[in-house]
Amino acid sequence: MGGQQRVFRRKIRSVQSTKKITKAMEMIASSRIIKAQRQLEEAAPYTRELFAAISAAASHAAGVEKHPLTAEARLENRAIFLVVTADRGLAGAYSINAIREAEGLTRYLVDDRGFEDVIPYVIGRKGVGFYNFREREIGESWTGFSDQPTLSSAQEIAKALLDRFLLPTEEGGADEIHIVYTHFVNMVTQEVRVRRILPVEVIEEEVDVSEGRIGSPDNQTGDDKPYLPLYDFEPSANAVLDELLPRYVESAVYTALLLSAASEHAARRRACKSATDNAEELIKTYVRLANQARQAEITQEISEIVGGADALSSATAGS
Amino acid sequence: MAELTVSVVSLEHPEWEGSASQIVVKTLEGEMGILPGHEPVLATLAQGPIRIDPVDGDPLFFAVHGGFFSLDANRAIILADVAETAAEIDVARAQEAKAKAEQADDEDLEAAAALRRAETRLRVIEIAE
Repeated sequence: MGGQQRVFRRKIRSVQSTKKITKAMEMIASSRIIKAQRQLEEAAPYTRELFAAISAAASHAAGVEKHPLTAEARLENRAIFLVVTADRGLAGAYSINAIREAEGLTRYLVDDRGFEDVIPYVIGRKGVGFYNFREREIGESWTGFSDQPTLSSAQEIAKALLDRFLLPTEEGGADEIHIVYTHFVNMVTQEVRVRRILPVEVIEEEVDVSEGRIGSPDNQTGDDKPYLPLYDFEPSANAVLDELLPRYVESAVYTALLLSAASEHAARRRACKSATDNAEELIKTYVRLANQARQAEITQEISEIVGGADALSSATAGS
Repeated sequence: MAELTVSVVSLEHPEWEGSASQIVVKTLEGEMGILPGHEPVLATLAQGPIRIDPVDGDPLFFAVHGGFFSLDANRAIILADVAETAAEIDVARAQEAKAKAEQADDEDLEAAAALRRAETRLRVIEIAE
Protein backbone atom coordinates (compact mmCIF):
# COMPACT_ATOMS: atom_id res chain seq x y z
CA MET A 1 0.00 0.00 0.00
CA GLY A 2 1.36 3.39 -0.98
CA GLY A 3 2.12 6.23 1.44
CA GLN A 4 -0.70 8.43 0.20
CA GLN A 5 -3.30 5.72 0.71
CA ARG A 6 -2.10 5.14 4.26
CA VAL A 7 -2.52 8.83 5.07
CA PHE A 8 -6.13 8.80 3.91
CA ARG A 9 -6.96 5.58 5.74
CA ARG A 10 -5.62 7.12 8.97
CA LYS A 11 -7.68 10.27 8.47
CA ILE A 12 -10.83 8.23 7.87
CA ARG A 13 -10.29 6.25 11.06
CA SER A 14 -9.78 9.38 13.13
CA VAL A 15 -12.90 11.09 11.78
CA GLN A 16 -14.89 7.91 12.38
CA SER A 17 -13.98 7.83 16.06
CA THR A 18 -14.89 11.52 16.45
CA LYS A 19 -18.19 10.78 14.78
CA LYS A 20 -18.89 8.02 17.28
CA ILE A 21 -18.42 10.45 20.16
CA THR A 22 -20.60 13.21 18.70
CA LYS A 23 -23.27 10.69 17.74
CA ALA A 24 -23.33 9.34 21.31
CA MET A 25 -23.55 12.85 22.78
CA GLU A 26 -26.35 13.70 20.40
CA MET A 27 -28.35 10.71 21.57
CA ILE A 28 -27.67 11.37 25.26
CA ALA A 29 -28.76 14.99 24.84
CA SER A 30 -31.98 13.92 23.08
CA SER A 31 -32.96 11.66 25.93
CA ARG A 32 -32.11 14.28 28.53
CA ILE A 33 -34.29 16.90 26.83
CA ILE A 34 -37.26 14.65 27.44
CA LYS A 35 -36.32 14.26 31.10
CA ALA A 36 -35.89 18.02 31.54
CA GLN A 37 -39.24 18.65 29.87
CA ARG A 38 -40.92 16.24 32.24
CA GLN A 39 -39.38 18.01 35.23
CA LEU A 40 -40.70 21.29 33.84
CA GLU A 41 -44.18 19.90 33.48
CA GLU A 42 -44.10 18.59 37.02
CA ALA A 43 -43.03 21.92 38.43
CA ALA A 44 -45.66 23.84 36.46
CA PRO A 45 -48.71 23.27 38.73
CA TYR A 46 -46.86 24.59 41.79
CA THR A 47 -45.72 27.71 39.96
CA ARG A 48 -49.21 28.36 38.64
CA GLU A 49 -50.89 27.99 42.02
CA LEU A 50 -48.19 30.03 43.71
CA PHE A 51 -48.82 32.89 41.29
CA ALA A 52 -52.55 32.76 41.95
CA ALA A 53 -51.95 32.78 45.70
CA ILE A 54 -49.55 35.72 45.48
CA SER A 55 -51.98 37.79 43.41
CA ALA A 56 -54.72 36.99 45.90
CA ALA A 57 -52.63 37.84 48.95
CA ALA A 58 -51.22 40.98 47.35
CA SER A 59 -54.67 42.26 46.51
CA HIS A 60 -55.69 42.03 50.16
CA ALA A 61 -52.50 42.86 52.01
CA ALA A 62 -52.02 46.42 53.14
CA GLY A 63 -49.01 48.34 51.87
CA VAL A 64 -47.85 45.79 49.33
CA GLU A 65 -45.80 48.42 47.57
CA LYS A 66 -43.83 48.97 50.78
CA HIS A 67 -43.05 45.31 51.38
CA PRO A 68 -39.26 44.84 51.32
CA LEU A 69 -39.49 42.33 48.49
CA THR A 70 -41.82 44.34 46.26
CA ALA A 71 -40.75 47.93 46.93
CA GLU A 72 -39.23 49.51 43.84
CA ALA A 73 -35.49 50.22 43.98
CA ARG A 74 -34.76 52.61 46.82
CA LEU A 75 -31.51 53.92 45.39
CA GLU A 76 -30.25 52.79 42.06
CA ASN A 77 -26.87 51.76 43.29
CA ARG A 78 -26.24 48.12 42.80
CA ALA A 79 -27.88 45.49 40.68
CA ILE A 80 -27.23 41.79 40.44
CA PHE A 81 -27.93 39.44 37.61
CA LEU A 82 -27.86 35.68 37.65
CA VAL A 83 -26.71 34.23 34.35
CA VAL A 84 -27.28 30.56 33.57
CA THR A 85 -24.63 28.97 31.34
CA ALA A 86 -23.42 25.42 30.67
CA ASP A 87 -20.72 23.48 32.49
CA ARG A 88 -19.44 21.88 29.31
CA GLY A 89 -18.97 23.02 25.75
CA LEU A 90 -20.07 21.22 22.60
CA ALA A 91 -23.37 23.06 22.79
CA GLY A 92 -22.93 25.55 19.99
CA ALA A 93 -23.57 29.13 20.97
CA TYR A 94 -25.69 28.27 24.02
CA SER A 95 -23.45 29.71 26.72
CA ILE A 96 -22.13 32.63 24.74
CA ASN A 97 -25.65 33.73 23.79
CA ALA A 98 -26.63 33.91 27.46
CA ILE A 99 -23.43 35.78 28.31
CA ARG A 100 -23.95 38.21 25.44
CA GLU A 101 -27.46 38.96 26.69
CA ALA A 102 -26.06 39.47 30.20
CA GLU A 103 -23.51 41.93 28.84
CA GLY A 104 -26.31 43.81 27.09
CA LEU A 105 -28.25 43.88 30.36
CA THR A 106 -25.20 45.23 32.18
CA ARG A 107 -24.84 48.06 29.66
CA TYR A 108 -28.55 48.86 29.92
CA LEU A 109 -28.45 48.94 33.73
CA VAL A 110 -25.36 51.12 33.85
CA ASP A 111 -25.99 53.49 30.93
CA ASP A 112 -29.76 53.83 30.86
CA ARG A 113 -30.80 53.13 34.41
CA GLY A 114 -27.84 54.71 36.16
CA PHE A 115 -26.75 51.80 38.35
CA GLU A 116 -23.26 52.29 39.68
CA ASP A 117 -22.42 48.69 40.19
CA VAL A 118 -23.67 45.58 38.40
CA ILE A 119 -22.49 42.27 39.78
CA PRO A 120 -22.76 38.96 37.94
CA TYR A 121 -23.79 35.80 39.79
CA VAL A 122 -22.88 32.90 37.57
CA ILE A 123 -24.09 29.35 37.10
CA GLY A 124 -21.99 27.03 34.94
CA ARG A 125 -18.26 26.71 34.29
CA LYS A 126 -18.45 28.42 30.89
CA GLY A 127 -19.78 31.63 32.43
CA VAL A 128 -17.27 31.52 35.27
CA GLY A 129 -14.50 31.11 32.71
CA PHE A 130 -15.75 34.12 30.76
CA TYR A 131 -15.68 36.48 33.73
CA ASN A 132 -12.45 35.11 35.20
CA PHE A 133 -10.64 35.47 31.89
CA ARG A 134 -11.62 39.12 31.77
CA GLU A 135 -10.71 39.51 35.44
CA ARG A 136 -14.16 40.76 36.28
CA GLU A 137 -15.66 40.50 39.73
CA ILE A 138 -18.11 37.63 40.29
CA GLY A 139 -20.56 37.84 43.18
CA GLU A 140 -21.01 34.11 43.63
CA SER A 141 -20.86 31.16 41.31
CA TRP A 142 -22.20 27.64 41.23
CA THR A 143 -21.03 24.87 38.95
CA GLY A 144 -21.59 21.18 38.40
CA PHE A 145 -25.34 20.91 37.94
CA SER A 146 -26.19 22.99 34.87
CA ASP A 147 -27.38 19.95 32.90
CA GLN A 148 -29.33 18.32 35.73
CA PRO A 149 -30.52 20.99 38.16
CA THR A 150 -32.03 19.91 41.45
CA LEU A 151 -34.45 21.68 43.72
CA SER A 152 -31.90 21.95 46.51
CA SER A 153 -29.42 23.78 44.30
CA ALA A 154 -32.17 26.18 43.23
CA GLN A 155 -33.03 26.78 46.87
CA GLU A 156 -29.41 27.47 47.73
CA ILE A 157 -29.15 30.02 44.90
CA ALA A 158 -32.47 31.65 45.79
CA LYS A 159 -31.31 32.01 49.39
CA ALA A 160 -28.04 33.63 48.36
CA LEU A 161 -29.91 36.10 46.14
CA LEU A 162 -32.51 36.92 48.79
CA ASP A 163 -29.87 37.46 51.47
CA ARG A 164 -27.99 39.83 49.22
CA PHE A 165 -31.19 41.67 48.32
CA LEU A 166 -32.22 42.18 51.93
CA LEU A 167 -28.86 43.60 53.03
CA PRO A 168 -28.81 47.40 53.34
CA THR A 169 -27.20 49.05 50.32
CA GLU A 170 -24.27 50.34 52.39
CA GLU A 171 -23.33 46.79 53.34
CA GLY A 172 -23.35 45.57 49.78
CA GLY A 173 -27.05 44.86 49.35
CA ALA A 174 -28.53 44.87 45.87
CA ASP A 175 -31.47 46.98 44.74
CA GLU A 176 -32.52 44.83 41.82
CA ILE A 177 -31.98 41.23 40.84
CA HIS A 178 -32.36 39.97 37.30
CA ILE A 179 -32.02 36.53 35.90
CA VAL A 180 -30.70 35.72 32.42
CA TYR A 181 -31.74 32.28 31.22
CA THR A 182 -32.49 30.44 27.99
CA HIS A 183 -36.15 29.79 27.45
CA PHE A 184 -36.99 26.43 25.92
CA VAL A 185 -39.62 27.13 23.28
CA ASN A 186 -39.39 23.79 21.51
CA MET A 187 -36.79 21.35 20.21
CA VAL A 188 -35.52 23.75 17.56
CA THR A 189 -36.09 27.16 19.12
CA GLN A 190 -34.59 28.44 22.35
CA GLU A 191 -34.33 32.08 23.21
CA VAL A 192 -32.37 33.94 25.83
CA ARG A 193 -34.59 35.93 28.16
CA VAL A 194 -34.09 38.41 30.95
CA ARG A 195 -36.51 38.52 33.83
CA ARG A 196 -36.47 40.72 36.88
CA ILE A 197 -37.13 38.57 39.93
CA LEU A 198 -36.61 41.13 42.67
CA PRO A 199 -38.30 43.41 43.53
CA VAL A 200 -41.27 41.21 42.71
CA GLU A 201 -43.72 42.67 40.24
CA VAL A 202 -47.06 41.80 41.74
CA ILE A 203 -50.14 41.82 39.59
CA GLU A 204 -52.87 43.25 41.75
CA GLU A 205 -56.49 42.72 40.93
CA GLU A 206 -59.14 45.35 41.46
CA VAL A 207 -61.17 44.62 44.57
CA ASP A 208 -64.89 44.70 43.93
CA VAL A 209 -66.37 43.99 47.32
CA SER A 210 -69.97 44.36 46.23
CA GLU A 211 -69.62 41.27 44.11
CA GLY A 212 -67.72 39.46 46.80
CA ARG A 213 -65.17 38.75 44.12
CA ILE A 214 -62.19 40.45 42.65
CA GLY A 215 -62.23 41.29 38.99
CA SER A 216 -65.39 40.97 37.01
CA PRO A 217 -66.94 37.56 36.65
CA ASP A 218 -69.19 38.84 33.84
CA ASN A 219 -66.53 39.21 31.20
CA GLN A 220 -64.95 35.84 31.73
CA THR A 221 -65.36 35.29 28.04
CA GLY A 222 -64.17 38.79 27.08
CA ASP A 223 -60.74 38.62 28.69
CA ASP A 224 -59.34 35.55 30.30
CA LYS A 225 -58.19 37.25 33.50
CA PRO A 226 -59.03 34.95 36.36
CA TYR A 227 -61.14 36.57 39.02
CA LEU A 228 -60.17 35.92 42.57
CA PRO A 229 -62.35 35.02 45.51
CA LEU A 230 -62.48 37.07 48.69
CA TYR A 231 -60.19 34.95 50.78
CA ASP A 232 -60.06 34.57 54.50
CA PHE A 233 -56.39 34.73 55.46
CA GLU A 234 -54.72 32.79 58.16
CA PRO A 235 -52.92 34.32 60.06
CA SER A 236 -53.20 37.53 57.93
CA ALA A 237 -52.83 38.61 54.33
CA ASN A 238 -49.50 40.27 55.06
CA ALA A 239 -48.12 37.28 56.94
CA VAL A 240 -49.13 34.98 54.10
CA LEU A 241 -47.49 37.31 51.60
CA ASP A 242 -44.30 37.33 53.70
CA GLU A 243 -44.13 33.58 53.36
CA LEU A 244 -45.16 33.47 49.71
CA LEU A 245 -42.67 35.91 48.23
CA PRO A 246 -39.43 34.06 49.13
CA ARG A 247 -40.98 30.94 47.62
CA TYR A 248 -41.72 32.92 44.50
CA VAL A 249 -38.00 33.61 44.14
CA GLU A 250 -37.22 29.96 44.74
CA SER A 251 -39.70 28.83 42.15
CA ALA A 252 -38.49 31.45 39.64
CA VAL A 253 -34.89 30.27 40.01
CA TYR A 254 -35.88 26.61 39.78
CA THR A 255 -37.95 27.21 36.65
CA ALA A 256 -35.13 29.18 35.05
CA LEU A 257 -32.67 26.38 35.82
CA LEU A 258 -34.97 23.75 34.34
CA LEU A 259 -35.67 25.78 31.22
CA SER A 260 -31.98 26.46 30.72
CA ALA A 261 -31.09 22.81 31.21
CA ALA A 262 -33.62 21.78 28.58
CA SER A 263 -32.24 24.46 26.24
CA GLU A 264 -28.68 23.34 26.92
CA HIS A 265 -29.51 19.77 25.91
CA ALA A 266 -31.33 20.99 22.82
CA ALA A 267 -28.38 23.17 21.83
CA ARG A 268 -25.95 20.31 22.46
CA ARG A 269 -28.08 17.91 20.45
CA ARG A 270 -28.13 20.32 17.52
CA ALA A 271 -24.41 21.06 17.72
CA CYS A 272 -23.53 17.37 17.93
CA LYS A 273 -25.91 16.51 15.12
CA SER A 274 -24.21 18.94 12.75
CA ALA A 275 -20.81 17.68 13.92
CA THR A 276 -21.90 14.11 13.08
CA ASP A 277 -23.19 15.25 9.68
CA ASN A 278 -19.94 17.04 8.96
CA ALA A 279 -17.96 13.96 9.97
CA GLU A 280 -19.98 11.87 7.53
CA GLU A 281 -19.31 14.39 4.79
CA LEU A 282 -15.60 14.35 5.58
CA ILE A 283 -15.45 10.54 5.58
CA LYS A 284 -17.13 10.49 2.16
CA THR A 285 -14.53 12.92 0.77
CA TYR A 286 -11.61 10.95 2.22
CA VAL A 287 -12.95 7.64 0.89
CA ARG A 288 -13.11 9.20 -2.60
CA LEU A 289 -9.56 10.52 -2.27
CA ALA A 290 -8.32 7.17 -0.95
CA ASN A 291 -9.94 5.36 -3.91
CA GLN A 292 -8.37 7.82 -6.31
CA ALA A 293 -4.96 7.24 -4.75
CA ARG A 294 -5.45 3.49 -4.98
CA GLN A 295 -6.54 3.76 -8.63
CA ALA A 296 -3.57 5.96 -9.47
CA GLU A 297 -1.23 3.45 -7.86
CA ILE A 298 -2.71 0.55 -9.84
CA THR A 299 -2.52 2.53 -13.08
CA GLN A 300 1.08 3.33 -12.40
CA GLU A 301 1.90 -0.32 -11.65
CA ILE A 302 0.23 -1.47 -14.88
CA SER A 303 2.09 1.08 -16.96
CA GLU A 304 5.33 0.04 -15.27
CA ILE A 305 4.70 -3.64 -16.10
CA VAL A 306 3.65 -2.84 -19.65
CA GLY A 307 6.67 -0.57 -20.06
CA GLY A 308 8.98 -3.24 -18.62
CA ALA A 309 7.55 -6.00 -20.85
CA ASP A 310 7.84 -3.73 -23.85
CA ALA A 311 11.47 -2.97 -23.09
CA LEU A 312 12.21 -6.69 -22.62
CA SER A 313 10.56 -7.76 -25.88
CA SER A 314 12.31 -5.03 -27.90
CA ALA A 315 15.62 -6.10 -26.30
CA THR A 316 15.17 -9.81 -27.30
CA ALA A 317 13.96 -8.81 -30.78
CA GLY A 318 17.10 -6.74 -31.29
CA SER A 319 19.59 -9.51 -30.31
CA MET B 1 -73.13 15.53 48.36
CA ALA B 2 -70.71 18.20 47.41
CA GLU B 3 -67.11 17.22 47.53
CA LEU B 4 -63.74 18.89 47.58
CA THR B 5 -61.33 18.72 44.67
CA VAL B 6 -57.95 18.43 46.26
CA SER B 7 -54.48 18.71 44.79
CA VAL B 8 -51.30 18.38 46.76
CA VAL B 9 -48.40 19.85 44.81
CA SER B 10 -44.78 20.33 45.72
CA LEU B 11 -42.24 22.30 43.74
CA GLU B 12 -40.76 19.16 42.25
CA HIS B 13 -43.91 17.34 41.27
CA PRO B 14 -47.64 16.99 41.91
CA GLU B 15 -48.15 14.56 44.81
CA TRP B 16 -51.81 13.69 44.84
CA GLU B 17 -55.00 14.73 43.15
CA GLY B 18 -58.56 13.63 43.68
CA SER B 19 -61.84 14.36 45.37
CA ALA B 20 -62.28 14.26 49.10
CA SER B 21 -65.11 14.59 51.59
CA GLN B 22 -62.97 16.20 54.27
CA ILE B 23 -59.45 17.46 54.82
CA VAL B 24 -57.62 18.50 57.95
CA VAL B 25 -54.64 20.81 57.67
CA LYS B 26 -52.37 22.28 60.29
CA THR B 27 -51.96 26.03 59.89
CA LEU B 28 -49.75 28.31 61.95
CA GLU B 29 -52.69 28.99 64.24
CA GLY B 30 -53.81 25.44 64.75
CA GLU B 31 -55.57 22.59 63.04
CA MET B 32 -58.31 23.39 60.58
CA GLY B 33 -60.93 20.98 59.33
CA ILE B 34 -62.34 21.71 55.90
CA LEU B 35 -65.66 20.37 54.68
CA PRO B 36 -67.25 21.05 51.29
CA GLY B 37 -68.75 24.53 51.16
CA HIS B 38 -66.12 26.13 53.39
CA GLU B 39 -65.42 29.81 52.70
CA PRO B 40 -62.34 30.71 50.64
CA VAL B 41 -59.16 30.48 52.71
CA LEU B 42 -55.50 31.20 52.09
CA ALA B 43 -53.36 29.98 54.95
CA THR B 44 -49.76 29.36 55.84
CA LEU B 45 -49.15 25.75 56.77
CA ALA B 46 -47.15 24.74 59.78
CA GLN B 47 -44.99 21.67 59.80
CA GLY B 48 -47.30 18.81 60.51
CA PRO B 49 -49.53 16.08 59.25
CA ILE B 50 -52.35 16.61 56.77
CA ARG B 51 -55.29 14.29 56.59
CA ILE B 52 -57.33 13.80 53.45
CA ASP B 53 -60.48 11.68 53.48
CA PRO B 54 -61.04 10.69 49.84
CA VAL B 55 -64.61 10.14 48.69
CA ASP B 56 -63.84 6.48 48.32
CA GLY B 57 -61.03 4.70 50.06
CA ASP B 58 -59.09 5.04 53.28
CA PRO B 59 -57.91 8.33 54.70
CA LEU B 60 -54.56 9.54 53.42
CA PHE B 61 -51.88 11.19 55.49
CA PHE B 62 -49.12 13.46 54.34
CA ALA B 63 -46.21 14.88 56.27
CA VAL B 64 -45.94 18.47 55.11
CA HIS B 65 -42.90 20.52 56.02
CA GLY B 66 -44.22 24.03 55.53
CA GLY B 67 -46.21 25.48 52.67
CA PHE B 68 -49.58 26.98 51.83
CA PHE B 69 -53.16 26.02 51.69
CA SER B 70 -55.73 27.68 49.50
CA LEU B 71 -59.38 26.90 49.11
CA ASP B 72 -61.93 28.41 46.78
CA ALA B 73 -65.21 27.05 45.50
CA ASN B 74 -64.48 23.58 46.89
CA ARG B 75 -61.13 23.48 45.15
CA ALA B 76 -58.38 22.92 47.69
CA ILE B 77 -54.73 23.32 46.83
CA ILE B 78 -51.92 22.37 49.14
CA LEU B 79 -48.68 23.98 48.06
CA ALA B 80 -46.13 22.06 50.05
CA ASP B 81 -42.41 22.71 50.26
CA VAL B 82 -42.01 18.99 50.84
CA ALA B 83 -44.85 16.50 51.10
CA GLU B 84 -44.46 12.83 51.92
CA THR B 85 -47.10 10.15 52.12
CA ALA B 86 -47.10 7.80 55.08
CA ALA B 87 -45.91 5.02 52.76
CA GLU B 88 -42.89 7.06 51.66
CA ILE B 89 -41.63 7.62 55.18
CA ASP B 90 -38.82 5.42 56.40
CA VAL B 91 -39.65 4.89 60.06
CA ALA B 92 -36.25 3.58 61.09
CA ARG B 93 -34.52 6.51 59.47
CA ALA B 94 -36.86 9.03 61.05
CA GLN B 95 -36.29 7.51 64.49
CA GLU B 96 -32.57 7.53 63.97
CA ALA B 97 -32.67 11.16 62.84
CA LYS B 98 -34.77 12.05 65.85
CA ALA B 99 -32.37 10.42 68.30
CA LYS B 100 -29.42 12.08 66.65
CA ALA B 101 -31.07 15.51 66.60
CA GLU B 102 -32.08 15.26 70.25
CA GLN B 103 -28.49 14.84 71.33
CA ALA B 104 -27.36 17.90 69.39
CA ASP B 105 -26.67 21.29 70.88
CA ASP B 106 -29.72 23.39 71.75
CA GLU B 107 -28.28 26.27 69.78
CA ASP B 108 -27.97 24.19 66.64
CA LEU B 109 -30.80 25.47 64.44
CA GLU B 110 -30.25 22.83 61.81
CA ALA B 111 -30.57 20.02 64.35
CA ALA B 112 -33.74 21.62 65.70
CA ALA B 113 -35.20 21.70 62.18
CA ALA B 114 -34.16 18.07 61.65
CA LEU B 115 -35.85 17.15 64.92
CA ARG B 116 -39.08 18.83 63.87
CA ARG B 117 -39.01 17.05 60.53
CA ALA B 118 -38.40 13.68 62.15
CA GLU B 119 -41.17 14.28 64.69
CA THR B 120 -43.62 15.26 61.95
CA ARG B 121 -42.81 12.08 60.04
CA LEU B 122 -43.24 9.86 63.09
CA ARG B 123 -46.50 11.59 63.98
CA VAL B 124 -47.85 10.87 60.49
CA ILE B 125 -46.93 7.22 60.84
CA GLU B 126 -48.52 7.11 64.28
CA ILE B 127 -51.87 8.52 63.22
CA ALA B 128 -51.93 6.63 59.94
CA GLU B 129 -51.92 3.31 61.76
